[in-house]
Amino acid sequence: MQYLTDRKRAVHRGSSRSGTEHFWGQAISAVGLMVLMPLFALTFGHALGMGYEEAIAYYQHPFPAIIAALTLVISMVHFRHGVQVVIEDYSRGTTKKLMIIIATAISYTLMAGGLYAIGRIAF
Amino acid sequence: MVEFALPKNSKITTGKTWPKPSGASNVRKFQIYRWNPDDGKNPRVDTYFLDMDTCGPMVLDALIKIKNEIDPTLTFRRSCREGICGSCAMNIDGINTLACIYGMDEIKGDVKIYPLPHMPVVKDLIPDLTHFYAQHASIMPWLETKTNRPAKEWKQSIEDRKKLDGLYECVMCASCSTSCPSYWWNGDRYLGPAALLHAYRWIIDSRDEATGDRLDELEDPFKLYRCHTIMNCAKTCPKGLNPAKAIAEIKKMMVERTV
Repeated sequence: MQYLTDRKRAVHRGSSRSGTEHFWGQAISAVGLMVLMPLFALTFGHALGMGYEEAIAYYQHPFPAIIAALTLVISMVHFRHGVQVVIEDYSRGTTKKLMIIIATAISYTLMAGGLYAIGRIAF
Repeated sequence: MVEFALPKNSKITTGKTWPKPSGASNVRKFQIYRWNPDDGKNPRVDTYFLDMDTCGPMVLDALIKIKNEIDPTLTFRRSCREGICGSCAMNIDGINTLACIYGMDEIKGDVKIYPLPHMPVVKDLIPDLTHFYAQHASIMPWLETKTNRPAKEWKQSIEDRKKLDGLYECVMCASCSTSCPSYWWNGDRYLGPAALLHAYRWIIDSRDEATGDRLDELEDPFKLYRCHTIMNCAKTCPKGLNPAKAIAEIKKMMVERTV
């Protein structure tokens, strides 16, 4: 039981003066994905059904490799932004902080792994 | 935080069924949420039957008839009976609305009436709106000026006055905020659609000189950015307002002053 006034409860610790960067970042990555996703589907779809050597050779061209890399990076940035919001919605306290750390680690690990794989194929 | 089940002491049980009016041909069934903090029991749903030939057309007419003629213990707020005071906001047929302007002809089947969702209940259909009002007060719902007061009045052009249309009409009934899942889950920190609509009403007011301070106070991942544009607020508003649009405008202003 805390003897807080209604106003104190409503204001709590005040404004954090943040959030706009997160919101804007998520909006930018969403717009980026709107452009990249069809291009990625097109290039990846083109490579589907190719033999191993042929697919490697295709992804050694700059356009499909750059599109794949950009899609991976931006989708992971978007994922990190979005998942953080979901975690903040559904959890509290230490669990929330730990889950945000884990989600961030997963997104950067997937990004690094994907870029390494694309790099191996492309170069 | 999100909860998927009601606490044990909030689980709703079957309540009393009151007798049907004798000799009536046009009878309608009402199922109404009841809870009394003094009897220590779980909430229940009581069933009432009304002769619609002797009842007014609005849900509030039915509630008043039940209170006057059947069960005087039924408790609910009401005042203006014309959609101006916002007192009789409740969940009718699954929709948060004002009982005084919601016609019973809009409801198919039984009339189911509950208090506004996800708020502490004071008694029966009365939610505790203390925190909701405190949040409204926190956005400083008044004209803030720093310039010396003019001799006559603060002037406003017709165009600037028009910007307040669709905002000033809000009667703070809490229908929007209590229909918002984000407000259900994080109502302690998220201001909710009603308070944010009022915040925007003062941000956009050409006479107000605290626009920057107001935006500063709202710039927060929880106070403002918990709005995920679910749009329940706009769908349910009994006054036909669009709080989601007001929130989107605030977000646009936030971005514009950053980028």
